[in-house]
Amino acid sequence: MIEIKNVTKAYDKAVVVDGVTLQIPAGGITSIIGPNGAGKSTLLSMISRLLPMNGGQVLVDGLDVTTTAGDVLARRLSILRQDNHIGSRLTVRDLVTFGRYPYSKGRPTVEDLKHVRMALQYLNLESMSERFLDELSGGQRQRAFVAMVLCQDTDYVLMDEPLNNLDMKHAVAMMKILRRAADELHKTIVLVLHDVNFASCYSDYIVAMKDGKIACHGSPYDIINANVMCNVYEIDVAVQDIDGKRIAIYYT
Amino acid sequence: MFDTYQKQLGIAVLAIIGLTILSIFIGVSDVTPEKLFANSDDGRALQVLLISRIPRTLAILLAGGSMALVGMIMQILARNRFVEPSTAGTVESAGLGLLVVTVLAPEMPIFGKMLVASLFALMGTFLFLRILRSIPLRSVLVVPLVGIVLGGVIGAITTFFAYRLDLLQSLNAWLTGSFAGILSGRYELLWISLVLMIAAYIAADRFTVAGMGQDFTTNLGLNYNRVMTLGLIIVSMVTAVVVVTVGMIPFLGLIVPNVVRQMQGDNVRRTAPWVIVIGAGFVLVCDMIGRVIRFPYEIPIGVVVGVVGSILFLFMLLRKDAHVA
Ligand SMILES: Nc1ncnc2c1ncn2[C@@H]1O[C@H](COP(=O)(O)OP(=O)(O)OP(=O)(O)O)[C@@H](O)[C@H]1O
Ligand SMILES: [Mg+2]
Repeated sequence: MIEIKNVTKAYDKAVVVDGVTLQIPAGGITSIIGPNGAGKSTLLSMISRLLPMNGGQVLVDGLDVTTTAGDVLARRLSILRQDNHIGSRLTVRDLVTFGRYPYSKGRPTVEDLKHVRMALQYLNLESMSERFLDELSGGQRQRAFVAMVLCQDTDYVLMDEPLNNLDMKHAVAMMKILRRAADELHKTIVLVLHDVNFASCYSDYIVAMKDGKIACHGSPYDIINANVMCNVYEIDVAVQDIDGKRIAIYYT
Repeated sequence: MFDTYQKQLGIAVLAIIGLTILSIFIGVSDVTPEKLFANSDDGRALQVLLISRIPRTLAILLAGGSMALVGMIMQILARNRFVEPSTAGTVESAGLGLLVVTVLAPEMPIFGKMLVASLFALMGTFLFLRILRSIPLRSVLVVPLVGIVLGGVIGAITTFFAYRLDLLQSLNAWLTGSFAGILSGRYELLWISLVLMIAAYIAADRFTVAGMGQDFTTNLGLNYNRVMTLGLIIVSMVTAVVVVTVGMIPFLGLIVPNVVRQMQGDNVRRTAPWVIVIGAGFVLVCDMIGRVIRFPYEIPIGVVVGVVGSILFLFMLLRKDAHVA
């Protein structure tokens, strides 16, 4: 379980995450939605100790993220940020292999290499595994980063907009992979998603953020409705039940 | 048994060994294999070999390999392809340190002087990184420009005091790279750079990870600042060792890593051996050119490396566009 207790982040006087308290249950997919600037990425960065907080505490399985040793946490929790500019000229396989660093410390074992192979296979990257990252398309690169994070094989996986740059086919494939990881490997997956319909179809739990606070949280059935959507995003949204899933229609 | 990577690297190492043997037999004094075994000149040839030729060649290999390697480490850590010890204030700071210690403690053994120069180099490099952090928009080319300006300021301070203290000539001699003065007894400090190269190779994966940025490094459970500090200590010590023994070799840390990067990428574990081998080979060839082109006179290594290096670098920049797939 991830326990977020009264976490606050401010830049100068601007409070961008404002006393957020939330418990993310172990197992399953939790999606964070909300408009641009709501503080989703900031919250995720603080949960994953990439960004220091001004106040509050985050516990992952009871471990305080700010005081727990970095390499201990790296075997429990992994994070993929929203935009990843790595200037390094690494091959896809090298990048994914570095996902094993917390275990292998640079000397991958047979077991580590098995994880690498599986991650490459899951994300359909085998055919380009020897190519350099700077020679890939945006979506291919995104898949390589996701493969690296999955290769880290942690109980908690945090991803900020993992569907960035992905086409329909790969977006659906990605969500299915994550769903499988949650169901079969009992991972706890926390995603920031902009497409509320993906959140609706694949999450167990949705958290809606607005202006640095949690607007509401609950099951997709509770959150994806015209009222809440209109409240959070300030536009008119029609919600329909299609094949037992709540689908928001907001294009016109 | 061996993969292509190992085979190619093996061939490169053999080529360097061949060049090394060739280099040992080039020089004003006539040293040939026959003379060595002939016993006719009272072992004079052997003496030249042991006192001058072998030390000189070893110094070239050690300085060339290690300067190229620290150039690459700096580029990876600063995440910029255009920095190296001479475009980041590191070399000039080492020079300042050397001047300070020569004035204040002239009796100090050379090893102590090297340590003081390392400390100055480290501080200068940290200052460079600190300045970079406070510049909001850092484009690729602004970074080395900042370093060159910083180096210029530190160099000016050094020159000023050297001038006042009548040490300008010694200063010039220190900073202009030359292997002409290398004799047995005056290069052994360079073995420290071999130790540092080994240390860098052991830490190779950390450097690769740090090159992916602070967030990736933290996610993988490494302490970013600690990796940076380790890397900069290695860079500073190697720079100081080389400046103290042979002086500055410009461009080397810039060209060699960039050439290797085009072929091999940025995985330090894989590229470090290549950078060391090509760095050593490059300096070896430049040194031979400098020795034969105006025989029996010698052109300083800094000049040769500068000319050959800038041509290669231009060629590489132009070719890069054509290469992008
Ligand atoms: N380094 C910073 N300095 C000042 N303000 C910042 C900084 N980083 C983020 N902010 C502000 O914090 C707020 C929250 O940013 P955050 O990146 O968490 O939003 P988000 O919900 O992830 O948005 P998006 O959907 O666009 O990714 C924004 O208003 C942003 O302008
Ligand atoms: Mg964001």
